[in-house]
Amino acid sequence: MAFPDSDIISTVEFNHTGELLATGDKGGRVVIFQREQESKNQPHRRGEYNVYSTFQSHEPEFDYLKSLEIEEKINKIRWLPQQNAAYFLLSTNDKTVKLWKVSERDKRPEGYNLKDEDGRLRDPSMITMLRVPVLRPMDLMVEATPRRVFANAHTYHINSISVNSDYETYMSADDLRINLWNFEITNQSFNIVDIKPANMEELTEVITAAEFHPHHCNTFVYSSSKGTIRLCDMRASALCDRHSKFFEEPEDPSNRSFFSEIISSISDVKFSHSGRYIMTRDYLTVKVWDLNMENRPIETYQVHDYLRSKLCSLYENDCIFDKFECVWNGSDSVIMTGSYNNFFRMFDRNTKRDVTLEASRENSKPRAILKPRKVCVGGKRRKDEISVDSLDFSKKILHTAWHPSENIIAVAATNNLYIFQDKVN
Amino acid sequence: MSEKLSADSRCEQTGDEKQGSLAAWCAAPDTQEKETVIPERAEEAKLKAKYPNLGQKPGGSDFLMKRLQKGQKYFDSGDYNMAKAKMKNKQLPTTGPDNNLVTGDHIPTPQDLPPRKSSLVTSKLAG
Repeated sequence: MAFPDSDIISTVEFNHTGELLATGDKGGRVVIFQREQESKNQPHRRGEYNVYSTFQSHEPEFDYLKSLEIEEKINKIRWLPQQNAAYFLLSTNDKTVKLWKVSERDKRPEGYNLKDEDGRLRDPSMITMLRVPVLRPMDLMVEATPRRVFANAHTYHINSISVNSDYETYMSADDLRINLWNFEITNQSFNIVDIKPANMEELTEVITAAEFHPHHCNTFVYSSSKGTIRLCDMRASALCDRHSKFFEEPEDPSNRSFFSEIISSISDVKFSHSGRYIMTRDYLTVKVWDLNMENRPIETYQVHDYLRSKLCSLYENDCIFDKFECVWNGSDSVIMTGSYNNFFRMFDRNTKRDVTLEASRENSKPRAILKPRKVCVGGKRRKDEISVDSLDFSKKILHTAWHPSENIIAVAATNNLYIFQDKVN
Repeated sequence: MSEKLSADSRCEQTGDEKQGSLAAWCAAPDTQEKETVIPERAEEAKLKAKYPNLGQKPGGSDFLMKRLQKGQKYFDSGDYNMAKAKMKNKQLPTTGPDNNLVTGDHIPTPQDLPPRKSSLVTSKLAG
């Protein structure tokens, strides 16, 4: 089934209340969904998400000076907490971060003196009375306007943005540097991390993701392509090249192979809502780390370990470089991440149970309960199982989101968005 | 979806046990080693067999440099105009499947460059 590349969803994010869900795509567009108010008339339609607003956030660009093509693909969207009637979000492509304001208009002024209802100017000599315009209701219109454009601060490709808990600043991270911005100031940013070596031949690792601590405005973490996480404290120095904590799991040298470093590269790092833990995603696992223990993770979950025997072909088709994200549920008790074949996985940290589910229209009807899936690795395949060789590696679930307080999840399967909710009894 | 967390079966075992059984299952037939081969090593052997010149530093400089240079495209208008002038006389090589070739023998023509995408189409998610 052919669809344009521009439809591929590249990021999904709920806002802080879960009322809004934003998606960004490869074509530079943002679509925002809003949850319906629950009505007594239709109790079974428990707050479905409908399209609220859509706009073109970024356009393709060409940097002539560097001969660089700049994709319009939205890499990340992050919401600001709501402070008035309008909603604000940050969206970024490889080079430029933008602050968008999304606001509603449901009234318009009518009865101007100098123009008529069509907007045409009236002849001033014909005006004999003064009248005051009044606000009258109109059909709801949702407008998105770019309020700030934060450009020209990144030589390399932006992989993360994160809003600080002070709500006044945010950071943007590229492969080698992290910058700190103030929302009000677009022509300057502070560089807080710079891992670019003096001689590029000595380059051994890049920054893969970064995030601010949810409560401590001075603390942030960033992950690397070598599977390490650094926690930095902005109070210690202006340039946080020296970390406060360094998280790395010791590698068993007997397990080392050509693929070791590539599969250890961390594709996503997320603080728990409590701020006590961080979760990291590498190619085959999800790990939970306690901020107080740097020498190894406290929990490791296998996402799709059966791929270990497929690494050669996954390297050849570039799938080994796929960047999967991971998310916490509202209470930090369950973690979720995507896999191939439109599968996604959930791990309950308390019961240690896990499940594989599928986001696909062919294999489940709307409102039906999702059936757990199983991948078979051995020779004997049971009826409902799928063998490793039948997995479709072009159907990857890289981006998922979990509602901040309820069991509602959003799953992006290439060009389709799925929203799943807990079953209502 | 409330069923999701009470699923009885654990989908995959974790730890060394699993690794051991996987290894036994997929050990390459031509390995001489007597002890169990870990799956990655078997995969590595396959890769090296296909690409004997594969770099000594996996995940090292070359791979990272390629990542940093994503999006680099070159076009020289001087070359292009010279080539256009000469094209009446002889056929110049055009780009093959790899449009990312920097310079060299081929002269990119407008047909070779990827078309600028139209960004004014509304996302299908917006209905």
